[in-house]
Amino acid sequence: MAAGESKFGKLEGRYAREIFADAVDEAFEGSPKVDRRDIQALFVGQMSDYYEHQGHSGPIFAEWAGLENVPAFRLEGACASSGLALAAAIMAIGSGRFETVMVGGVEKMTHRSTADVTEILSTASDFPTEQWNGLTFPGAFALIANAHMDRYGTTEEQLARVAVKNHRCGALNPKAHMAKEVTLEQALSSRMIAYPLKLFDCSLISDGAAALILTSPEAAKKYTDTPVHIVGSGQASDTIGLWEREDLTGFLASRLAARRAYEMAGLKPRDIDVAEVHDCFTIAEIVAYEDLRLCGKGEGGRLIDEGATEIHGRIPVNTSGGLKSKGHPVGATGAGQVYEMYRQLLGEAGRMQVEGAETALCHNLGGSGATCAVHILRRGD
Amino acid sequence: MSSENKTIDQFYNYISQRSLMATRCNACGLIFLPPRRGCPKCGSSDVEWTQLKGTGELQTYTIIHIAPPQFQPLTPYAVGIVRLDEGPRLFGIIKDVQHKALKRGLRLTLGFEEQKQEKWPRWPRYHFVPEKR
Repeated sequence: MAAGESKFGKLEGRYAREIFADAVDEAFEGSPKVDRRDIQALFVGQMSDYYEHQGHSGPIFAEWAGLENVPAFRLEGACASSGLALAAAIMAIGSGRFETVMVGGVEKMTHRSTADVTEILSTASDFPTEQWNGLTFPGAFALIANAHMDRYGTTEEQLARVAVKNHRCGALNPKAHMAKEVTLEQALSSRMIAYPLKLFDCSLISDGAAALILTSPEAAKKYTDTPVHIVGSGQASDTIGLWEREDLTGFLASRLAARRAYEMAGLKPRDIDVAEVHDCFTIAEIVAYEDLRLCGKGEGGRLIDEGATEIHGRIPVNTSGGLKSKGHPVGATGAGQVYEMYRQLLGEAGRMQVEGAETALCHNLGGSGATCAVHILRRGD
Repeated sequence: MSSENKTIDQFYNYISQRSLMATRCNACGLIFLPPRRGCPKCGSSDVEWTQLKGTGELQTYTIIHIAPPQFQPLTPYAVGIVRLDEGPRLFGIIKDVQHKALKRGLRLTLGFEEQKQEKWPRWPRYHFVPEKR
């Protein structure tokens, strides 16, 4: 019933807890009938202690959110941390234990060097095999990209088109980290990170936070006339090692989480009006189209070529600019996707607005696909 | 047979003896990595170590240009997922190969590194190289 988000980007001189407070303040400002004392628990996603040398952050975020002494649960699932926090909060309300809770997501990354961030992110892959042998996250998604290109003929140009599309959207988003358009030529000629992934195939290293306020459907009536319902919540795990998996052209955890979310919602892929998907790398968006069944297996490259996922396309994807342009403060990303879709469903997405959007999907992937959370939202009647 | 040593440390102990070992389920015959005391397919705990040849085919690869600090001196370096001839897959760095020659199906074989690791976890390193015909 409420959502807030900090600016995403390089927020110099500010700590994660301070950035989180920005998101929390916006959530409360947008819902004047909700008092901080109504919040009974905090579920917050954050990936790593290494960025700020700070563990035990659940109570810190509760304190900076002004939620005095509430139980604070921190959840970690790499880049899907706040997708997990949302899933946990839904279960907590569904169980009857709490009526009104806050879901948060936070990460502060830009004060560290790119090499340090690369190493910290790599802790979300398998240590004894992948980290020990020098696999990076761009490297992991490059393994997927090469397999997808080899099997389905997906091209580097199609990957670059994802970046161009998402930057075109992000340029419309006042909260985006890199709110500017890029050309296909710029994307294709950017420097190599892990073949075939170039700089513009990679999402951004960002600071940011998001906060959502959830309540039971009954209690929502006393707080707002314009609720957004979470009608589907699906989650799945897969092997930590990418190399253990039979299929290297997609993510089983995404397919299972999506199936569970669609089933709970009683909806089909064609019912989705707009989606935020986890484009940590351009190939990840193409694979997500397929795993979420927005198109058939192997057809993701064609979907981007057709322009189907542009803001005014058949199924708009990452109207916020996605992780690519809006930014990827990893722990904040899942909650940030929900913030964007909440705004879309209320018709408050400004220049990013998809006309008449009633049903939205958020797809949040952790690491190289060992964790996935998918949520489906519907505008209240 | 005791299930106590079906561990990652034991896998690396074998690597330090220049031997690639995997775990095999005596109930269903599955050979699998990473090693575990229970079969991931049928759940049997009748699992024992089995020697692999260390040869296989490249399934997918990449060339890493930006790496964590300890790997940065090696850049650009190739890594890949290899389907070993006995069935399981393994991830590793690929050495002694022209990057342009990398493609699915390339035959590779495991190599072992001599350099001792001083700090935890002290695991030895391995890598893949093209198989000699």
